[in-house]
Amino acid sequence: MDNFKPRILVAKPGLDGHDRGVKVVARALRDAGMEVIYTGLRQTPEMIVEAALQEDVDGIGLSILSGAHMPLMARIMELIAEHGMTDVPIFLGGIIPDEDISRLNEMGVAGVFGPGTNMDKITAFVWEQVRTRA
Amino acid sequence: MPLNDLIRRTRQGQPRAIARLITRIENGAAAAEIIPRIYAATGRAHVIGVTGAPGSGKSSLVNELAKALRRRDYKVGIVAVDPSSPFTGGALLGDRVRMQDLSGDKGIFIRSLASRGNLGGLSEATAAVVKVLDAAGFDTILVETVGAGQAEVSIASAAHTTLVIEAPGMGDDVQSIKAGILEIADVLVVNKADRPGAARTVRSLKMMLQLGQAMPVNHHGRSLQTTAVSPNGMENDNFWQTPVLETVAIDGTGIEALLDVVLAHKAHLQATDGWLKQEKIRSRREVEQLLHARFMEQFQTAVSQNDREQLITAIANRETDPYTAVAAIFAQINE
Ligand SMILES: Nc1nc2c(ncn2[C@@H]2O[C@H](COP(=O)(O)OP(=O)(O)OP(=O)(O)O)[C@@H](O)[C@H]2O)c(=O)[nH]1
Ligand SMILES: [Mg+2]
Repeated sequence: MDNFKPRILVAKPGLDGHDRGVKVVARALRDAGMEVIYTGLRQTPEMIVEAALQEDVDGIGLSILSGAHMPLMARIMELIAEHGMTDVPIFLGGIIPDEDISRLNEMGVAGVFGPGTNMDKITAFVWEQVRTRA
Repeated sequence: MPLNDLIRRTRQGQPRAIARLITRIENGAAAAEIIPRIYAATGRAHVIGVTGAPGSGKSSLVNELAKALRRRDYKVGIVAVDPSSPFTGGALLGDRVRMQDLSGDKGIFIRSLASRGNLGGLSEATAAVVKVLDAAGFDTILVETVGAGQAEVSIASAAHTTLVIEAPGMGDDVQSIKAGILEIADVLVVNKADRPGAARTVRSLKMMLQLGQAMPVNHHGRSLQTTAVSPNGMENDNFWQTPVLETVAIDGTGIEALLDVVLAHKAHLQATDGWLKQEKIRSRREVEQLLHARFMEQFQTAVSQNDREQLITAIANRETDPYTAVAAIFAQINE
């Protein structure tokens, strides 16, 4: 494709109300040359997957600090499968215990980043994930 | 998925097909393949442009307008354009943040687009995306663009009805209201009417409209008589008097009245020859843009990058002039 630009949905599911961190990631991805669709706080799994579908995104980045990452991700992955979007890489930021990370990976989450992860590391990871979709 | 399937499913209104067809258009030359196959199925939708300064409340208004349209049973497509960074080519598309009320409604489809370096601020793909949504059966298509001079003009030529959004306190003096908005606005909206100064902004806009009526205004690129009364003293049915409305997009105040006016404008276009005139303005612009793009392509194939640079340098050094150079290029292309 001549003008491929990765389109990444960035959202914050769950009820905790801080969007500083997720906005920093959104800006970093933009500055790395991607088109970031930012949908904001308190997104339900249904809202996230609907937006991802309409925007035909190449990747989905989520931030979950509430501790509810397991049930939220389970529901999101279920909806992703239902819509035939399992080829869209999903990455997650937040305070995630080690034992949950491997379970999330098994569910199909492509990458999990803890707080304070270097932004360059995240943008490089996302580029690597979406490169093949050009 | 093969293009034929995508198009068939798009015509049936399937969201995933619509989304993918739009991506194909955005990412390459696919518009030339896709548009000819859907064009006959377009032309039904009422296209509404929403423009205005950053932060004036365009997305919040689109959210409210879409809800009001749904209450009246219209299916609504939304295209929200935000600027690309000229340095990195990236973009932060944040309009959906204000449109969360619309999720879960199958009668609504929202797509965010980056302007991708288009000077007009209106994504090059926008016109094609509007056609996809039109062919997919959406009755009304709302197009949000950042108000930045040229973008306002290009949205006005792409939309049947153009809303220009102002907010109080963004410079209320007649002099500071941006020149040119009267020419493109079919409806002027003073949003954030809950804020102090709204009445003053309305007064300034109305005064400007009256001043504008003293002289002919070039409306959507066509010359319109600008007084509501024609020279023989009769009401002029062809004249649309640009109204000024107040809204509060965060609580919905004034939205039903705004929608009434927007639909009245649509009815006005349909009752006069305005609809066809607007379609012709759009068609002319699209043909001209395509011709320009095709010609530039031909030029770039016919004359190598190196030769082009030499030519430009020669003109800069006064060794030749632009007219002679262009005549030579045409001769070369026509060989
Ligand atoms: N007080 C008040 N605030 C409003 C109103 N409408 C929108 N806002 C607020 O104004 C800010 C900008 O609103 P948006 O709808 O994002 O404005 P926009 O014109 O789409 O902004 P850009 O797309 O960034 O150009 C948000 O914080 C809204 O909540 C209103 O009627 N009254
Ligand atoms: Mg907006």
